[in-house]
Amino acid sequence: MQNTNLDSILESRRSQPHQLIEVLQDIQEQHGYISEETMATVSEELGVPLMDVYSVASFYKSFSLKPRGKNVITICTGTACHVRGAKLIVNQANAQLDVAPGETTDDGQFTIEHVNCVGACALAPVVTENGSYHHHMDSGKLRKLIKSLESKDTEENSND
Amino acid sequence: MTKINTVNDLENLRNKILEDREKFRATLVICGGTGCQASRAGGVIDEIKKELDNHGLNESVCLRTTGCHGFCEQGPLIVIEPDNLFYCHVTPDDVHEIITKTILNNEIVERLLYTDPVSGNLIKTESEIPFYKAQDRQILTQNRQVDPCSIEDYIAIGGYTALGKTLFEMSPESVVQEIMDSELRGRGGGGFPTGLKWAECREAPGDEKYVICNADEGDPGAYMDRCVLEGNPHLVLEGMLIGAWAIGASQGHIYVRNEYPLAVDNIRVAVQQARESGLLGDGILGSKFSFDVEISRGGGAFVCGESTALMASLEGKVGEPKPKDVHTVIDGLWHKPTTLNNVETWANVPAIMKNGSSAFAAKGSKGSKGTKILALTGCIKNTGLVEVEMGTPIKNIVFDIGGGANNEKPVKAVQTGGPSGGCLPVEKFDLPVDFDELYDAGSMIGSGGMVVMDEETCMVDVAKYFLTFLQDESCGKCVPCRIGVSRMLEIVTDITEGRGKLEQINLLEELGDTLSHTALCGLGKTAANPVLSTLRYFREEYEIHIEEKKCPAGVCQELITYAIDPESCTFCGLCKKACPHNAITGEKKQAHEIDLGLCIKCGICRSECKFESIIIN
Ligand SMILES: Cc1cc2nc3c(=O)[nH]c(=O)nc-3n(C[C@H](O)[C@H](O)[C@H](O)COP(=O)(O)O)c2cc1C
Ligand code: FES
Repeated sequence: MQNTNLDSILESRRSQPHQLIEVLQDIQEQHGYISEETMATVSEELGVPLMDVYSVASFYKSFSLKPRGKNVITICTGTACHVRGAKLIVNQANAQLDVAPGETTDDGQFTIEHVNCVGACALAPVVTENGSYHHHMDSGKLRKLIKSLESKDTEENSND
Repeated sequence: MTKINTVNDLENLRNKILEDREKFRATLVICGGTGCQASRAGGVIDEIKKELDNHGLNESVCLRTTGCHGFCEQGPLIVIEPDNLFYCHVTPDDVHEIITKTILNNEIVERLLYTDPVSGNLIKTESEIPFYKAQDRQILTQNRQVDPCSIEDYIAIGGYTALGKTLFEMSPESVVQEIMDSELRGRGGGGFPTGLKWAECREAPGDEKYVICNADEGDPGAYMDRCVLEGNPHLVLEGMLIGAWAIGASQGHIYVRNEYPLAVDNIRVAVQQARESGLLGDGILGSKFSFDVEISRGGGAFVCGESTALMASLEGKVGEPKPKDVHTVIDGLWHKPTTLNNVETWANVPAIMKNGSSAFAAKGSKGSKGTKILALTGCIKNTGLVEVEMGTPIKNIVFDIGGGANNEKPVKAVQTGGPSGGCLPVEKFDLPVDFDELYDAGSMIGSGGMVVMDEETCMVDVAKYFLTFLQDESCGKCVPCRIGVSRMLEIVTDITEGRGKLEQINLLEELGDTLSHTALCGLGKTAANPVLSTLRYFREEYEIHIEEKKCPAGVCQELITYAIDPESCTFCGLCKKACPHNAITGEKKQAHEIDLGLCIKCGICRSECKFESIIIN
């Protein structure tokens, strides 16, 4: 499955070193992170030394080199969000899930990330949860959001 | 899609589109930009489609989903043409009433009208709303007129006619001259004269040249470029086409921030449509001019907004800047002459070609012509995207357009220019939005972010915030930036945590001075601005932190403690429930107390208390 996926990402980009970032973007989008194996494949297929693939993958913030949790909660800490209390939201996430931004909970359910701005600054503070936007956030709203995601997960598990 | 092979084809197509649209007696314009989508505009759009279907209105009422209108705070927004009736905070439940009352019976749904916060009056149309009235929306106005995914919409408002005029009525040299005469300056932060850049690139030796659109928008807290690219991508493409023809480039690149997924989608659609209709490709509009565009997504690195780092990134490399002893207009992408301009700069080009340079230069101040889009955010009532004539005083923007402070606390400062800019105090609000005047005052227009701060914002904390950001974003290539920013952050952290000494202020100024003279790229050269500007205008805040070990704004965690005011506390128990650290004790209906041993001063209790009973000491 993952290989066919990778094939279609690499298609028409093979042996084009300058396509490295675009390829990594697509992998990140579809796999959620970039594994060592994928880096090796990309290195071979694009003709970029593995060391360069690694340095690009680790330089850019868009790329995660570790698998991320099932739910990714991204807290905007841009200036507009900062002056309207983004720190409170980070504190809430931190205390509720016991992980700092960039980390994933032990059970693999949640990853907390921060981002410099998602461009919805007028509606600050902003949090995105698995890609969907939540505006005018506060600690209480985040607490409820995390709880609702947790109970959704337990429901799904009991249905298995 | 119809191929547009000549200027005549373009004109005929435009007439046909307009003719086809005569059947519509009303148009429902709904904002589907990122802001309104966050406010669940998607549900409203689905409901409108359903209702139009149910009432058999598809042939007589047009639905147009557009990019950002700017007044994000009031979203989801609907404007109903031709009367331009303005409805705000629309939910899917309101749609039935809008269709049956307003569309079918010309009745106004008063509940959805905007209330002027000053007079308390209901306002019916967009142009009467103070937020819009004080603006001069040369570029943004089009966002309401076009569906970004419809090239027809753009053609209907005269899109690509400037390109036609350029290709057949003007020589490349006269295009460059026109841009020079317009005195357009780059909107990406530096304010470099665009005409000069184009002229140098045009004259640079080499057959292969590139144009690039910088849509990396790294300033955290600014989103003008997102709105223009997301809401009106063909305008940017048309600007790039004109620029490419003027300098002699046949390939263009758009480097867009990946954190803007909708902008990425919309520009991709636009490029595809332009290719299918022949506006990108070979022999554009029957001329000898060929041009195509490639889209690349940024990797979330602030430094990649800098020209040489951006070009390295486009080449698939780590985004490290290069020393600028040779200019990118001569030695740029793949070592070829390259013209890099910001989204908003490109977006200004078609109108200059269409209306002439003098019309553009008629607006603005002495050294800053035209209009500027600003992202007005922070502690203010009307947050959103505003476009004003250059030279407009800051106070008009903050108070007339922005409506002043949002929660009774007086406005204290405005931060402009993002991490490279500075903080200006209220006493300086007479200053105009002007490249040179803001620079002289220790800040800059930058890309157009304008974050308003009130008395609950600590200026030392703001300085620390930007230093943390810059330390994180510094690519680490040059020593002054890598070490200098870290040292400055250490000092400012000492000050916010009660370990500061007065002599450290001088050291901060010295470090700032060294950075500005020795750093490799603009990131490092300007990195001290947030510190230097807060020291210049808010020095006493630093001194209070150092001498009294107090944070007047009540922000710096190490210098404050929280307590519960027994007078106003209603013992509701909300704070106790909210505290993640179990630091609040007290039974329901009984006095609550904060255990200072357990309290980590995260501030959550204070933000959740409905009676403002948590006080800061
Ligand atoms: C650290 C740094 C970040 C920058 N980020 C951006 C950006 O996000 N967008 C932008 O248009 N220009 C940015 N610039 C300015 C660009 O280097 C360049 O001057 C600009 O894109 C040129 O276009 P203009 O003349 O149309 O403004 C940045 C500069 C520096 C030093
Ligand atoms: S600063 Fe948070 S969305 Fe822009």
